[in-house]
Amino acid sequence: MSESETEGEVSDEQKIGIAKWFLLNSPSGEIQYVAKDVKAILKDENVYNIAAGEAFPVYNKEHFICLQFPNRSGDVLITSFGEIRDNEYIDPRTCQVAIVDHVKQVCKEVRPANDEELPSPYIEEYRCSLDVEISKYVGEAYPKGVCSVYCVTGKDVEAPGDNFELVVVISAARHSPQNFCNGSWRSTWNIEFNDELQIIEVKGTMQVGAHYFEEGNVQLDAKHDSKDSTIFQPPDDSAVALTSMIRYHETEYLSSLQTSYSNLPDSTFKDLRRKLPVTRTLFPWHNTLQFSLTRDISKELGLDK
Amino acid sequence: MEAAMGLMRRMPPKLTETSLSALLSLLPDHSSDLLSQIDQPLQVMHDTDNGKEFILCEYNRDADSYRSPWSNKYHPPLEDGSLPSAKLRKLETEANDVFAVYRDQYYEGGISSVYMWEDENEGFIACFLVKKDGPKSGKGGRKGNLQEGAWDAIHVIEVGPEEEGMAHYCLTSTIMLSMTTDDTSSGTFNLSGSIRRQMTMDLAVAEGHLCNMGRMIEEMEGKLRNSLEQVYFGKTKEMVCTLRPPAELAQLLTVPDSV
Repeated sequence: MSESETEGEVSDEQKIGIAKWFLLNSPSGEIQYVAKDVKAILKDENVYNIAAGEAFPVYNKEHFICLQFPNRSGDVLITSFGEIRDNEYIDPRTCQVAIVDHVKQVCKEVRPANDEELPSPYIEEYRCSLDVEISKYVGEAYPKGVCSVYCVTGKDVEAPGDNFELVVVISAARHSPQNFCNGSWRSTWNIEFNDELQIIEVKGTMQVGAHYFEEGNVQLDAKHDSKDSTIFQPPDDSAVALTSMIRYHETEYLSSLQTSYSNLPDSTFKDLRRKLPVTRTLFPWHNTLQFSLTRDISKELGLDK
Repeated sequence: MEAAMGLMRRMPPKLTETSLSALLSLLPDHSSDLLSQIDQPLQVMHDTDNGKEFILCEYNRDADSYRSPWSNKYHPPLEDGSLPSAKLRKLETEANDVFAVYRDQYYEGGISSVYMWEDENEGFIACFLVKKDGPKSGKGGRKGNLQEGAWDAIHVIEVGPEEEGMAHYCLTSTIMLSMTTDDTSSGTFNLSGSIRRQMTMDLAVAEGHLCNMGRMIEEMEGKLRNSLEQVYFGKTKEMVCTLRPPAELAQLLTVPDSV
């Protein structure tokens, strides 16, 4: 086919915008495949590189992708909460900073975190206790789950008296392109320690996606927000209380997802198209004359509205 | 084109229209290929002649107008829009009437349209379309609480010329489905997707083309509905359970030694 593209119809900026749109809408674990197709369609290395350079970091942070440290000292989650610079992400558990290549989705280097990148010992006690409990829970509940606990506000608070906020991120992804199936579970729990009111406010968002694409394209996209609160307690007690709260909400959500699925056949699906006609027998294609006839008659009798 | 089709297999099905228009602007030279190979959600128009609604697709389009199967007229009016032959138009009219009854029995509502046109080798092509939207808001007290649902079916049948009482039928069917529930207790839940299958048959024309085409469509719709429900939705559910196995659920709720 001819490739005589008339220049000027779609500007490079528009092309970049479209390419980014495709990249950002990639299902979990599929951005590299999408990138390959986008590159082939654009036929313009320069435009592609700009689009990829802008889209990958956003996608990686949105999907909480998990990268391995080159020294095998563990994994780091790519999230906006752990972002120090465009390509630097902290792993609070190991106090290391990963230097990443967003487009290749790899961690190139690792460096120890500076003191000013880490929370105060007071905050770290809360953060670390919660991390221990959450890790235990994630290990039990998600076969491929990864989690991280960040301090997002008040990391320099030294002693009781001031508010601070931690964020728990849980990310579990399963990619099996050979079975035409990919999926991810992502949850974010914002935890505000309110010192004055001696209360901890919790806000969570859980997001689940699944894609099955053998001879078709079917996707699940589900999202749920929840809220809760508990009393301010010492680090270890808070960690236990918060973890069991998160466990409760996530378990509830999973069961509501299953309910949604089990309701499909009887209600949702049947409302759209029945398995069998209302007559409960296959349609009488061999005897359709009757329909035209009844129509004609009712028309003649003026019964046809 | 291959890369474009690759992208369409990955982009969220509910964004099909945006994906297609994005591809059209990147690949203007492939626009006719893109439009014929990528199915998009069906649109509906009002036939001003008799107040009935009809479905729009590439097959009843001429320039910027669409032909209604009920009045055989183009909307907006088009001077010399192409029309099927009188003989084929007769079959088309009958097919529209019968298919409307079929649609009512399976869908209990919705809109259907059938279009036919001659092809180059003495046969013809027929396109059967169904568009069904689920109830927009949850019915009080009913389980499921469906808030939005849409089912679009596109069946294109190529019918070869009749030879010794037999004809060759090649059916390509696409189902596009989207279901969304949204409530405060369980958040938003959207399952959507499209699948396409082909079926070919050589059948005796004794009972008429319509009878043969109808049976093939009925069988295909049943199969596709089944695979969507069992295989496609089943696989995504399986994926969710792989990410977070529900075994823990049982422990947590501590149902006293049941099942």
